[in-house]
Amino acid sequence: MEQESLNKPGYEIPPEIQQQVSVTTLDRVYNWCRRNSLWPMMFGLACCAIEMIAMAASRIDFSRFGMEVMRPSPRQADVMIVAGTVTKKMVPQIVRLYNQMPEPKYVIAMGACASGGGPFKEGYTVVSGIDRFLPVDVYIPGCPPTPQALMNGLIALQKKVDNEPIKGSRWYSKEPVPEIPVPVLGPDLMDPRNYDRIKAAGQQKAEDQAAPAEGQAVSEDGSENGSAAGQAEAGAAQVKAS
Amino acid sequence: MEQTIVSNSEDLAARFPQMVTADTRAGYEGYIVQPEHLVKFTKKLRDELGYDYLSSLTGVDYIEEGKFEIVYHLAKTTGGPGVVFKVKIPRDKPEVASITPIYRAAEFQEREVYDLFGVRFKNHPDLRRILTWEGFEGYPLRKDWKEPYYEEDAKPFKSRWPNGQVVRSEDNNPYNDNVQYPDGFDPEEWTYTGDELIYQALRRKHGLDSDMDTDQMIINLGPQHPSTHGVFRMVTLLEGETIIDLKPVFGYLHRNHEKIGERNTWLQNMPFTDRLDYISSMSNNFGYALAVEKLMGIKPPERAEYIRVMMAELTRIVSHLISIGFLGNDVGVFFTQVLYCLEERELILDIFEAVSGSRMMCNYFRFGGVARDLPEGVLDKVKDLVFNRLPRKIDDLDRYVTNNEIFKFRAQGVGVLTAEQAIQNGASGPILRASGVPYDLRRAAPYSIYDRFEFDVCTQEHGDTYDRYLVRLDEIRQSLRILQQVVRDIPDGPVQAGKPAYQVKVPPGEAYGRVEGPKGELGYYVVSQGKPNPYRYHVRAPSFINLTSLSDMCKGEKVADAVVILGSIDIVLGEVDR
Repeated sequence: MEQESLNKPGYEIPPEIQQQVSVTTLDRVYNWCRRNSLWPMMFGLACCAIEMIAMAASRIDFSRFGMEVMRPSPRQADVMIVAGTVTKKMVPQIVRLYNQMPEPKYVIAMGACASGGGPFKEGYTVVSGIDRFLPVDVYIPGCPPTPQALMNGLIALQKKVDNEPIKGSRWYSKEPVPEIPVPVLGPDLMDPRNYDRIKAAGQQKAEDQAAPAEGQAVSEDGSENGSAAGQAEAGAAQVKAS
Repeated sequence: MEQTIVSNSEDLAARFPQMVTADTRAGYEGYIVQPEHLVKFTKKLRDELGYDYLSSLTGVDYIEEGKFEIVYHLAKTTGGPGVVFKVKIPRDKPEVASITPIYRAAEFQEREVYDLFGVRFKNHPDLRRILTWEGFEGYPLRKDWKEPYYEEDAKPFKSRWPNGQVVRSEDNNPYNDNVQYPDGFDPEEWTYTGDELIYQALRRKHGLDSDMDTDQMIINLGPQHPSTHGVFRMVTLLEGETIIDLKPVFGYLHRNHEKIGERNTWLQNMPFTDRLDYISSMSNNFGYALAVEKLMGIKPPERAEYIRVMMAELTRIVSHLISIGFLGNDVGVFFTQVLYCLEERELILDIFEAVSGSRMMCNYFRFGGVARDLPEGVLDKVKDLVFNRLPRKIDDLDRYVTNNEIFKFRAQGVGVLTAEQAIQNGASGPILRASGVPYDLRRAAPYSIYDRFEFDVCTQEHGDTYDRYLVRLDEIRQSLRILQQVVRDIPDGPVQAGKPAYQVKVPPGEAYGRVEGPKGELGYYVVSQGKPNPYRYHVRAPSFINLTSLSDMCKGEKVADAVVILGSIDIVLGEVDR
């Protein structure tokens, strides 16, 4: 038993009963159970997935940390390791998978692409980081990260789990956590949260074409979490500017 | 290089004077065919001259001339030089006849050209978007199309380092300000029709679009499916458990290699090639280096050639080990077989890490050589691997798997591809050879120094999943044979022709470099206009074209076998979708 992480510090337990008795809090014992059985989803997008498999193989072997149970179904998984480049065509599926995972759920952005677009960021069908859609808990740098780096990221996630109080976690609140709206593939990837702005851009273009000036539709990709409203204003300002 | 696949043995322009003219532009080869004679000419090439294998089909946007050029590379499976010809079509009316009825290998490649250039192919059986999605705005590889993060036409971007300070592109470039939405576009009215189009096409083909209640149903496998080796999707039409028809759906990992490649400088593309077939990065480097070296007219020194061959063959072993291992997963030996294979893979990756600094993305080749010499001790490690450990381990693997009753039961007679189908579908690599066609570029059109080594081209005759496994196992043994000769003969000397340079001068012209990668024929078509950046950079990805055969192999099989068949094709999505 990992006594250090289970016991609440400050309580002296006599050495002869240390293996049998533990003084702890509900948070600690609950998180201790959870952190040692984080089941990842078997979900590979690109190159990083190969290193994820290498981590599962004999040399690194992440089953030592209670993570070897890779579930192909999101409904049985705790951690989504986004291993690879997130493309616009794949985002609807990823968001849907995330919505299907039971809570508590975590997301690890593995590698440069999942964290921020990576070498393919400038591409036309590449999303600059999964954090535009999903809340990410741990980012792992590297292209691809070595299996050791990924292991380190998973340990960082365990530490994060250690410090989560039952009270105050979003998944134990009375209100259900709202699902993330699934983006739609249109002329570009469209986030339902940004429909207003896309609509404005389309109408602006129609007006511009009515007028002789050549108009260029301006809109933003749009998928920043939370700050969509602020960006919408910025987008509208640009439409006017052009 | 003399290994060019362009035929100069016979002048086709003289033979078919009314149809073709020679391509006389400096640095260009081959012929220019009149669009109206394309089908007739291609048929003649196939039936009269024996060019039975369509290697590559792609487009180039010559915006200044106002023309699209469709470039066809043909070869003979009996070996020898190939032929290249082009069709010029006007940019404002991009339409050309499809050659899919002649070479089925063209099916996906024409769809790709349609998707990325907007060229319509008449009589194509299923012309839909392939890498992007139905409804995507614009044609990305046209030179006047700008991606959402567009800054400048070519790298290095001036905007990145103003006044010596790095600036992130999103700070001075608002996201997606180049995305064109149609006039008065209303996202709430929009419905995505891509999936429905596939289902309709399947139903219509099999006469199921009536109101009649039938037993057939459509099942999607993927894009998130543990057996699809990545983000690949198969739409299957089933009757019970039997597959009547199957359509692969691509593009879930389309990372815009070609568009980014045309903005990059020549050398900047090298690390991007790593990420094509991310299991075998060294072979990808090899192909690209060959293509550009052909344009530049340089040749690497002896030692570099040997190192290259050594790395390419080690890569082949890694790739085949992974393929064999995951085939175990697909037939139900969950992760047992893979663990044996990955153990050896780690040892080879250690060598890669030692020479290049990275396990998977090696970025090791340079134009005219390799990035650096082998570090001390690596050669001994390779020697130990290829003489002692690997032969023994491969024999072990052979013993565990080859005669396994269950494996045989799942693999023999499943997913049969005849030799004619394989050639017609443009299959390459182990798929083609397992069908009994002894076509290996290392023999058929030797590049680098492959003509010096003794090895056999492995073939089998049944063309089923089991034979594809056997071919891969044999190829590992042959690779070991080559490696043993390499470590025996490797000379001392420089590893780079001339001084290493970040910016290379590439004279104008075109080149097609192809290598026998682990998955099959990997080709790079590059066009230079004498600038620091390639004008066109196209990858002929073997896994992508091998998938043409998937529906042929799967028809009549059970759903569970589709998984095994896909595993035996050995796709890597980075290369399929690029």
